[in-house]
Amino acid sequence: MSDATVNTEVQTGAPEARFGDYVLLLKPRVMSLVVFTALAGLLVAPGSLSPMVGFTAILFIALGGGASGALNMWYDADIDRIMKRTKGRPVPAGKVTGGEALSIGLWLSVISVAMLGLATNWVAAGLLAFTIFFYAVIYTMWLKRATPQNIVIGGAAGAFPPMIGWAAVTGGVSIESVLMFGLIFMWTPPHFWALALFMKSDYHEAKVPMLTVTHGRKETRRQVWIYSLLLAPVALGLGLTSIGGPIYLSAAIVLNLIFVLRAYAVWRRDEATAEADSYAAEKRLFKFSLSYLFLHFGALMADAAMRAAGVWGW
Amino acid sequence: MPITETHELHKRRLGRNVGVALSLVGFAAIVFGLTIAKIQEGASMEAFDHQPRVSVTPVTEGGDQ
Repeated sequence: MSDATVNTEVQTGAPEARFGDYVLLLKPRVMSLVVFTALAGLLVAPGSLSPMVGFTAILFIALGGGASGALNMWYDADIDRIMKRTKGRPVPAGKVTGGEALSIGLWLSVISVAMLGLATNWVAAGLLAFTIFFYAVIYTMWLKRATPQNIVIGGAAGAFPPMIGWAAVTGGVSIESVLMFGLIFMWTPPHFWALALFMKSDYHEAKVPMLTVTHGRKETRRQVWIYSLLLAPVALGLGLTSIGGPIYLSAAIVLNLIFVLRAYAVWRRDEATAEADSYAAEKRLFKFSLSYLFLHFGALMADAAMRAAGVWGW
Repeated sequence: MPITETHELHKRRLGRNVGVALSLVGFAAIVFGLTIAKIQEGASMEAFDHQPRVSVTPVTEGGDQ
């Protein structure tokens, strides 16, 4: 009894973690994108899952993504403490200890991979395990602090969910799922670098090499343009596979044309022009990139619904 | 020894404890729902309590055992 009394007294002054703080460890905003893209991969795949199995698959893919977020917060607590954007996170704010974040991350990883394997198949579970490993170890622990291409590499982790959703139904990997991966993978760099051009960040204070700092803003603009040119054929190519259809192809043509034109506008500007209009072109590209991804996956699901309804085959 | 007095800590951690409880109940419900869904899909059922397991019974010549 006396031990318990001492414990409670010691902890009274410390900031107390609420349940919501543990939820924040899982990066709910990232999880919402994971849910959406994994659901798209699952719905467009040939074959079907019962609603309960499908729900379980999406839930544990999202939880696996959350687990990698918790591991990221555990490892990055030192740099999160320095940057304004991240210093309010549960670990640097002192609400959750690093050990708790690590423990939650590891346990949720094991639970989500095991449950996805039991609910669907072990190919999907293996891909989820690799995604967690890739984000937590390859990206967070190794490359994030080592190369200005960290965004490109980190984007791969975010690109896996539709592939996992697809594997949950089919039990394998195919050209369609690889191209869905490619769509998010190629989209991430221009999306993030457009943001980096107009947001004042303090990555340099945390000694995280970001392209805008290591290679300058002019080179960042050029990279935005290059990646948007590489993105377009991947997006259009996806429309020529078995999951493409008239809705997706029409949407992809229009969306990629706009994306490339907006990226071109960003590339052709210099800093003085950008500052004069408060980075209007960069903001336009960033805002459009959000709708871009949502509309591509939305169009894929719309085509799948049309095919299921027998409106058209492809 | 049972806890007979409510400490201030119990009130402070109520939200967290309710959250953990709901998560565990949710997890149990998912495992139950998944089991029902799998059985309805025709997944094999085997009892491991002193009964022969179909999946490990050797196949005999001619098919029938």
